[in-house]
Amino acid sequence: MSKLEIDDVSLRFTPRKGNAVQALDHISLGVADNEFSVIVGPSGCGKSSLLRLVAGLIEPTTGEIRVSGRPVTRPGKDRGMVFQSYTLFPWLTVRKNVEFGLKIGGLSADARGKIARRFLSEVGLEGFENNYPKQLSGGMMQRVALARALANDPEILLMDEPFGALDSQTRSLMQELLLKIWEHSKKTVLFITHDIEEAILLGDHVYVMTARPGAIKEKIDIDLPRPRTVEATTSPPFIALKRRIMALIHDEAVRALG
Amino acid sequence: MSRFDAYFAPKKEIPPRAYLTVSALVAIVVFGFWCLLSYGGLVRTDFLPTPTAVVQAAIDGLGDGSLLRDTAFSVGEIMSGFILASIFAVPLGILMGSFKIAEAALEPITNFVRYLPVSALIPLLILWIGIGWSEKVAVIFIGTFFQQLIIIADVSRNVSHDLLDVSYTLGASRRTVVTRVLIPATLPGVMDALRVTLGWAWTYLVVAELVAANKGLGYFILNSMRGLFTDRIFLGIAVIGLLGLLTDQLFKFLRDRLLPWTVVA
Repeated sequence: MSKLEIDDVSLRFTPRKGNAVQALDHISLGVADNEFSVIVGPSGCGKSSLLRLVAGLIEPTTGEIRVSGRPVTRPGKDRGMVFQSYTLFPWLTVRKNVEFGLKIGGLSADARGKIARRFLSEVGLEGFENNYPKQLSGGMMQRVALARALANDPEILLMDEPFGALDSQTRSLMQELLLKIWEHSKKTVLFITHDIEEAILLGDHVYVMTARPGAIKEKIDIDLPRPRTVEATTSPPFIALKRRIMALIHDEAVRALG
Repeated sequence: MSRFDAYFAPKKEIPPRAYLTVSALVAIVVFGFWCLLSYGGLVRTDFLPTPTAVVQAAIDGLGDGSLLRDTAFSVGEIMSGFILASIFAVPLGILMGSFKIAEAALEPITNFVRYLPVSALIPLLILWIGIGWSEKVAVIFIGTFFQQLIIIADVSRNVSHDLLDVSYTLGASRRTVVTRVLIPATLPGVMDALRVTLGWAWTYLVVAELVAANKGLGYFILNSMRGLFTDRIFLGIAVIGLLGLLTDQLFKFLRDRLLPWTVVA
């Protein structure tokens, strides 16, 4: 059984001004336990909406989403999320940010501190426990956000273009860090991006979405060997995959503009 | 290029010493101009008092207790009206910016009332509650409350949606999101709103005291005008200015102490 099942989900919404929009059109996909799945698509295809549906932040018009067999009806800590925008709580120190979910979950200060230390060291931020977010760079803030999501031990980690706002060097480092963490935690991940290289580098499977209304155009299995590093991006099989996905996305982007 | 070239380039830093020198020079020129006009006898002293006369007025005012009494009275009125307005405006403003239902209930009426100049309401308020302490408090309350409400509603409306959403995905309930995320997130903006509206409160109070009062700094100024005591008028204005500066510094201090996370570099 899949960890995450998206079962024939459609999303329609009516903006305050204008006509109803069909954002997502009969999407079905499954993410198996310990699997890293990536969704790529042209901008405006509704990929972020799909992730928000899984998080339970919005409700589908039709269809159902299940996590470990339980239907999703509202947000919950079993589905941790990392956003593209910086979402650290500015009034909390790095450590207290990581502890936020644990604290509202009622964990003791001791247990919280232990877990926070562990995940901060995993993302390489020992020594920054008592800094405020304002004192951190963009890449560091996203590392804290990742540590905060992981500290809560979610069943599935949802990532919405988490490195989209970072410069390209920092982004590469973050991708390698995420791969490293994933190699030994084997979290189930659903990752959204518009960056094709990022999708191939990280994913076990890449789902290419169509332009609005968003649907799954193709599922591509990435059978590159793991563990992977950024160097993999120059290998011939990687480039072949990239060429294939680029062509798929290009068609959709043109259609979206048309 | 000359060494002064940078001084005339837009948005360029200048040496701190040059900055201070220019600020001090302007202050000295303004003060010197005042001295020239008053001591030099170029303007009649009952129109423009000499600096000495203003200092003397301050000594006299402190000596007979009139200055302190009027200052204390005005400060008391300001604080009562302002604190009363803030107690209601802060929670209501946060609700208004975050819950559409509260916005629907409060925003239309607030938008109407806030465009009524408080000064226009003073005659009505005098008619209803007289010219004493409660009328001044009412003027300040009406003048600041609706402005605070609108500003604070905007502050809470601008709290990032993602910040709330990420809290839900960390397992927070609605109640937790409001108390542990929404409210802390609004605090810096609330602090700014209070700081700005306290400045406005002074204007409303002085206007109210100029219209009708028998105590307070506005009354002090108006009463001095009747006797052509321009030195005392200057003194009254200076005291209000100093109090404004003082409260502004107080807010800055409070922000540094209570919200250290907004000031760290």
